[in-house]
Amino acid sequence: MTTSYEPVIGLEIHVQLSTKTKMFCACELSFGEQPNSRTCPVCLGMPGTLPVVNARAIDFGLLIGLALGSEIAPRSIFHRKNYFYPDLPKGYQISQFDIPLCLGGRLGEVAIHRVHLEEDAAKLTHQGTSGRINDADSSVVDFNRGGTPLVEIVTEPDIYSAAQAREWLTLLRTTLRQLGVSDVNMEEGSLRCDANISIRPVGETTLGTKTELKNMNSFRFIERGIDAEIARQVALVEAGQTVAQETLHFDPASGTLTSLRSKEDSHDYRYFPEPDLVPIVVTQAMLAQAHAALPELPAQRAQRFELDFALTAEIARMLAFRTELGDYFEAAVGSRDCDDPAAIASWVTGELVARLGDGDPGDSKVTPQALSKLVGLVSTKQLTSGAGKSVLDRLVADGGDPAAVMESEGLAAMDSGDELAEAVADAIAANPDAVAKLRDGKEQAIGALIGHVMRETKGRADGGEVTRLVREQLGL
Amino acid sequence: MIDRDAVLHVAALARLELNSEEVERMAAELSAVLGHIEKISELDLEGVEPTSRVVELENVLRPDIPQPSLPVEVALAQAPAVSGGGFSVPGSGA
Amino acid sequence: MSEILDLTAAAAGAAVRSGELGASELFEFYRQRAQDDQLNAFTWVAEATPGEAAIDGPLSGVPLAVKDLFCTKGIVSQSGSRILEGFRPPYSATVVEQLENAGAPLFAKTNQDEFAMGSSNENSAFGPVFNPWDVTRVPGGSSGGSAAAVAAGSAPWALGTDTGGSIRQPASFCGIVGLKPTYGAVSRYGMIAFASSLDQAGVLTRDVTDAALLLSEMVGRDPRDSTSLEYPGSLVLPTGRDLSGIRLGVPEELTEGVEGIEPGVRAVFDDALRTAESMGATVETCRLPHAPHALSAYYLIAPAEASANLSRYDGVRFGLRVEGDGDLKEMYERTRSAGFGPEVKRRIMLGTYALSSGYYDAYYGRAQRVRTKIAEDFNTAFESFDFIVTPTSPSVAFKLGARTADPLAMYLSDYFTVPMSLAGIPAISIPAGLSEGLPVGLQIAGPAFSEQRILEAAYALEGAFAFDASGARRSGSK
Ligand SMILES: [Mg+2]
Ligand SMILES: [Zn+2]
Repeated sequence: MTTSYEPVIGLEIHVQLSTKTKMFCACELSFGEQPNSRTCPVCLGMPGTLPVVNARAIDFGLLIGLALGSEIAPRSIFHRKNYFYPDLPKGYQISQFDIPLCLGGRLGEVAIHRVHLEEDAAKLTHQGTSGRINDADSSVVDFNRGGTPLVEIVTEPDIYSAAQAREWLTLLRTTLRQLGVSDVNMEEGSLRCDANISIRPVGETTLGTKTELKNMNSFRFIERGIDAEIARQVALVEAGQTVAQETLHFDPASGTLTSLRSKEDSHDYRYFPEPDLVPIVVTQAMLAQAHAALPELPAQRAQRFELDFALTAEIARMLAFRTELGDYFEAAVGSRDCDDPAAIASWVTGELVARLGDGDPGDSKVTPQALSKLVGLVSTKQLTSGAGKSVLDRLVADGGDPAAVMESEGLAAMDSGDELAEAVADAIAANPDAVAKLRDGKEQAIGALIGHVMRETKGRADGGEVTRLVREQLGL
Repeated sequence: MIDRDAVLHVAALARLELNSEEVERMAAELSAVLGHIEKISELDLEGVEPTSRVVELENVLRPDIPQPSLPVEVALAQAPAVSGGGFSVPGSGA
Repeated sequence: MSEILDLTAAAAGAAVRSGELGASELFEFYRQRAQDDQLNAFTWVAEATPGEAAIDGPLSGVPLAVKDLFCTKGIVSQSGSRILEGFRPPYSATVVEQLENAGAPLFAKTNQDEFAMGSSNENSAFGPVFNPWDVTRVPGGSSGGSAAAVAAGSAPWALGTDTGGSIRQPASFCGIVGLKPTYGAVSRYGMIAFASSLDQAGVLTRDVTDAALLLSEMVGRDPRDSTSLEYPGSLVLPTGRDLSGIRLGVPEELTEGVEGIEPGVRAVFDDALRTAESMGATVETCRLPHAPHALSAYYLIAPAEASANLSRYDGVRFGLRVEGDGDLKEMYERTRSAGFGPEVKRRIMLGTYALSSGYYDAYYGRAQRVRTKIAEDFNTAFESFDFIVTPTSPSVAFKLGARTADPLAMYLSDYFTVPMSLAGIPAISIPAGLSEGLPVGLQIAGPAFSEQRILEAAYALEGAFAFDASGARRSGSK
């Protein structure tokens, strides 16, 4: 008997906050400026300099905590996390340790463990032949990024597939973008994700040994990396071996996982409270301000779509988790050219997305009102859904008014008059086999007859009407 | 009470290279000092809050307003080694 | 010139203000004295005297010497360490800026124990400092250069820093006044850190009036130091004449049956108490039950913080670098091993150990709880007493080399000064008399922000003690 395994995944996400200045000094955040041009004695860790907390970073942290439904610590402090590395100018990172700003919470179906504030490391460029640190002859440090405010979000191990990890990260990214606290751009490193991955036999509740997959810099790589690691662990266990606790790097080019040399210090970070800073005590005023600044979040929006527009949970999430789709949908509903929001939702998430991909429909030639009109024409059977798709093709290509396109292309639905009765009769005559089967009670045989009529009428016929006419003419 | 191995472990954490004579001396000296310090283990400190700082301040925050950074040449002026506009450091070794 | 030498800083300032003395003349006088210094008290002396740029401000142009560990823009600032060889910071410490703006131009930087770790000034990359009272003896530390310079009359006044006694103990050894303010009263920005939760800048001066004058221009909140506070009220020159109604507490735990307290020190201390009583003070024994554990807590907390503060000396951005065979870790280790002296290494090791996995609770965590108890002890004592008084140091200045082989014996020099540091409260040391021809300091400690009251009491006592330090002033410079 073969055992099947289930992966258990927890994520650690580092988010660069879009404040104007760094976490502990007044240097402006850098966007590709000349190396080391956004530095000062504080962020270079020069002797005698001291950190001072950026108020907006705290506000952003609170906003994130509220959005994730976390408990806000009444009093949180910073610690020093000690280790040596050239991208860490002071020899310690100022971070939050046992008393983070936010504890617990939930986003979608994933529980949040904690949310804390810290400072980013500098950028280290390796100058070896391979560009990988282990082979580098020397490295060059640019401290422009050093000290950028970061929020670290740690989830509970609540994720059970790579696809779910990806979908959840999309929700997180949309949520953070909606909050206006970060650029959340993975390619540029403003959103960085590590994954803790273990597997266990299905039905088991204890967690297996986890590995840490470091710093994947796109949503696609995250999904592929996690899948590769799950496969590696399953293969190991099935071969009777054990999974070692280690940190891995996924190379998207080759699809391989390599073990990062384990730190010789065995992670003895010697945390202790940062004596250069004083506690953060969140006041009622700070909380009230954060509450007031809180926009409607994707998860709430999905719920509202479900309730107000009778959408399925899945479609509501597809719209809400992509802010631009949600906005377009609401604009289409608001134009009042169609009183069937569920139909609009299904056209947006189905036909429109199929044509526009990741593009923002707001930037397309199809105005929300045009889409709404198009769906209205289909709902009122002035246009069959097949013909509607042809109209949409034209709208995507050239824009315009759907009714006008329908007229000019001659796509208006046929009424159930003589023309349609004739087309049905032709179909019956041309498909004796299907007719025979239908008479024998094989209901699905009617498909061939309907298909024939649709082809002949360029999809202008209504499928229901065709079915009725077929049965009527055959006397069934 | 703090032996050679402990000294070597701590020296590695602290990025200090000690020769064998220094290791021996450090073990003896740290043991003597820790022997004295050990007396605090006799105190009953049940329920006593730790003090990390003596000032009773909280929420000392800075407005998010940029100030000028250092000119690059000033930032780099004190560096032992500079390369390509950055601080040059040896690689991590093969 | 000897006239200038006999002027206190306040008196010299008054002479400048009245036009009797030129500010340049005053600057040049001390610049020359510092240049000719025989005590190894200085690490840098101004090359020239600034032109007669009128120096306005309450400090009236009286030049200032500052401990090497204060960052001074464009001027080498090494905190007595080789690892900061040639470091010229592109900024100045806030307190140095404040004092320059108040009219005290920087004319010299003073020697110190490396990173302020030491009680004898023998742990300096620049070599030891000699005590002007007896050049075979140490000046105390870590602000030994500042203390020796002021005592020898080669600086009118000086800045020091005090983490566990580094201003008070050398002031005591050199027969001058040293005041450590309340933690948070003076900005730490630009002070090369030793132990962040304890470090405080303070003054070393010839008399209490000078201390009040200099300190009054240093206090206040600095937006660059999150742990600095708005000073409540302002500091003025003291005028106290007696001690009527003042209740002095003598902590039993620190003075009764303490090993190593020299009889001569004890005698001067007892005399000082009698003098205080004669001036109207009441003197009673008080309790500081946890004070005997202060040294243990201090020698865990300070090294732990130091171990992190000194991690930035890694050969990457400033200071010394010693390349190994091309590997990063090797460069780190060689640089730090060559750059730090033995005492600094010892404390980094001690602090790293106290924080390391498995030891944090037993050492660092416990020390922080002891700290809480010590602060509580002081709060309780101050309900019944205005000030706590002790000898500043158990001994007079000891011989060079006498304690270098025994770190623990050296650490015990801080026995009386460390409790106040842990509690963050202000304390002054004033010369109270001589033992074997060497100065003995009296320490007066008060509650947080009681500097003005401490200065008043110290001023009154100073008048009564009439300590004569003029001999040392003539000995230290050619
Ligand atoms: Mg982190
Ligand atoms: Zn900066």
